[in-house]
Amino acid sequence: MATKELVGLLLAGGQGSRLGVLTSSTAKPAVPYGGKFRIIDFPLSNCINSGIDTVGVFTQYEPLELNAHIGIGKPWDLDRNNGGVTILSPYLKSENNDWFTGTANAVYQNIHYIDKVSPEYVVILSGDHIYKMDYAKMLAAHKKNEADATISVFEVPIEEASRFGLMHTDENNRILEFEEKPAKPKSNLASMGVYIFTWEILREYLIRDDHNEASEKDFGKNIIPMMLDENKRMFAYAFEGYWKDVGTIQSYWESNMDLIERVPDFNLFDHNWKIYTTNPVMPAHYIGPNGSVKKSIVAEGCMVYGTVRNSIIFPGVIIEEGAYIEDSIIMSNSVIGKNSKIYKSILAEKVVVGEGVEIGVGEMVVNTIKPDIYNTGINVIAESAYIPDHAILGKNVVIHKCVDASDYATLNIASGGTVFKGGTRHE
Amino acid sequence: MSRVLGIIITGGRKESMKELVAKRSVSAIPVGGKYRAIDFVLSNMINSGIDKVGVVTQYSFRSLMDHLGAGKEWDLDRRNNGLFMFPPYLAGENTGWYRGSADGMYSNISFLKRSTDEYVIIATGNCIYKMDFNLLLEAHEKQEADITIMYRDMSDFDPVELKEFGLIKLNNEGRIIDLREKPETPDGKLASLGIYIMKRTLLIELLEESEAHGHYDFVKDILIRKLDKLNIMGYEYKGYWRSLSSISMFYNCNMDMINPEIRQELFNTDGKVFTKVKDETPTKYNEEAVVNHSIIADGCIIEGEVYDSVLSRGVKIGRGAVVRNSIIMQDTVIEPNATLDYVILDKEVIVKEGKTLKGERSFPIIVGKHIEI
Repeated sequence: MATKELVGLLLAGGQGSRLGVLTSSTAKPAVPYGGKFRIIDFPLSNCINSGIDTVGVFTQYEPLELNAHIGIGKPWDLDRNNGGVTILSPYLKSENNDWFTGTANAVYQNIHYIDKVSPEYVVILSGDHIYKMDYAKMLAAHKKNEADATISVFEVPIEEASRFGLMHTDENNRILEFEEKPAKPKSNLASMGVYIFTWEILREYLIRDDHNEASEKDFGKNIIPMMLDENKRMFAYAFEGYWKDVGTIQSYWESNMDLIERVPDFNLFDHNWKIYTTNPVMPAHYIGPNGSVKKSIVAEGCMVYGTVRNSIIFPGVIIEEGAYIEDSIIMSNSVIGKNSKIYKSILAEKVVVGEGVEIGVGEMVVNTIKPDIYNTGINVIAESAYIPDHAILGKNVVIHKCVDASDYATLNIASGGTVFKGGTRHE
Repeated sequence: MSRVLGIIITGGRKESMKELVAKRSVSAIPVGGKYRAIDFVLSNMINSGIDKVGVVTQYSFRSLMDHLGAGKEWDLDRRNNGLFMFPPYLAGENTGWYRGSADGMYSNISFLKRSTDEYVIIATGNCIYKMDFNLLLEAHEKQEADITIMYRDMSDFDPVELKEFGLIKLNNEGRIIDLREKPETPDGKLASLGIYIMKRTLLIELLEESEAHGHYDFVKDILIRKLDKLNIMGYEYKGYWRSLSSISMFYNCNMDMINPEIRQELFNTDGKVFTKVKDETPTKYNEEAVVNHSIIADGCIIEGEVYDSVLSRGVKIGRGAVVRNSIIMQDTVIEPNATLDYVILDKEVIVKEGKTLKGERSFPIIVGKHIEI
């Protein structure tokens, strides 16, 4: 295999538990976004658009959908004879059999994959963010600084800074100090979780870190602090543009809603930096004689007989006569029955909503079972769930995967309620 | 259905299609917002299990080659079999341009000879329909025919349009006893759909014999001449079928695709319709958008009003623009306050701010590729 200068390593093994039932059976990077895409399409497309044609994708949690989505990398032009995309999942070895115990450990366990490609540099990416970034420019800065590591940073409002890992830099952008989620932030340069390392150096640190029993084997918590302690040349690279963490229900919903602004901060129509994904085989979408769509995104294959406002509609969704959708995200192949009204909700794939249903009405009460996840008024209906005719759902309501008519004890699910598959609980 | 190989004849230049075929084969004409005409027959073949398809092409074939590529989207990029393109070529006795449909196939007879499939299905590339060709094969074997021709009752067409077809007459056993190609005075309503099945070895024989006599057209010189000698049977197809062979048929076919029932038949029964992907983002509707009874492909930005129309990928409709009864192809821009009624706009057209274009149903205005109005 010919040598590659820069190889992408995409950490896609996390569960993303703060996305609640959206990740109950799929990894976070495989969560759909923006009417057609999945979160992982952004770092993958960034790679190919930056000229990186060799990408290792680390998977661990519920990899089925992710693996099916990536396949041999065709949509991203990563089906290559030399390089291309490689899925790296935990595997049995003659000794030390382990799941990936941390982000650094995932890379450590696959050192031989990277050695085989033998790149000069690696870029570590995560499948948690929506952004468009040219990693080639970041590499140019890394080389110019003769850096051992370069961390891309993003300016956040100082009042929010304590949610992030923060960098303190000197006037040459050299990193002096790194603080993980400090209570009293001294800087507002947040790490985006995008790192370029000189491979030879990272390799050495991965091996040393693996020998340290106390280490959590994490890039942010262990590798980077250790390199800083030992005075390695580490630089911050300032990223400008749209960058959004989609790790919570609220931020995921907001980031989708950003797309429907007249001139969105994040433009997916840019032909010079296309975001690639698998294309569903469906005809152009249809708007019926009484259909009405405003300030929304609608994908192919949809049949819209009702009204859509401020919403994102994925491929193959059917919205029947008299239905009204507002401030919502409706994923592929869901069906919204006649005269049903849906406000501020996320419906996953293949959800069936009966007739005359109301979702997202009533008082504001946080979810009683998972108040830390569902607390901003957004309802989340998981994949393949069914909502019976004339049901009324409040706010922060959660319907679990594959729930059917028999799982409902009542058609009136008050705000904060949850409906489980088999064994019904309404709180 | 690996017993069958497919041949698609993309046909000659259709003057009746005007500007729309100025630079493309009629089989490469955009239709239904995201498809090209040939996608339908090709997808029918794939969905019927045919995995070897030869495309005989002549006029402006670049657009077609561009569209089909290596056949990836149709799953025809196979190690064995797959997609074979047959543009005309010069070699030895070969004179270059094909002199007719039979000559086109004869020029590539080595493809037929090297194949081992028992049957060949021949079809044209410019017709829109959904068909499981296994049914045609079944009928062909059951009625022990030499050749079976698929036909359809064309009562739903304007009688004038029947002149474009090959009209047939059947006897009581379903054998075809008369076939008239493009008759001046159409007699009867049953028309050949230009879809034939026969043994591969029979096709080779017929092509060689015809070429030896200096005959080059498959319908006039082979089928019509052999009506007495061969057992040529009919197989009736009853579904939706349209040929894109005139502007009015093209216009009506696009409008038909807005109809949910026809849409269901074409796109959601007996398999999907595959086409070249463009990686467009889904369509964006801004606050002012009003869209009714229309089909819209991905990648559009709509700020105006659209009624009873077909919008292809990447079309932009400016604020205050009103589009009615129109077909707008890929990447065309309608600037603010422009008004369109009964208009067909080809790819990458720009209609300037405030312009009005008004055609009639029977005479839609056609604007060719890249034109600014």
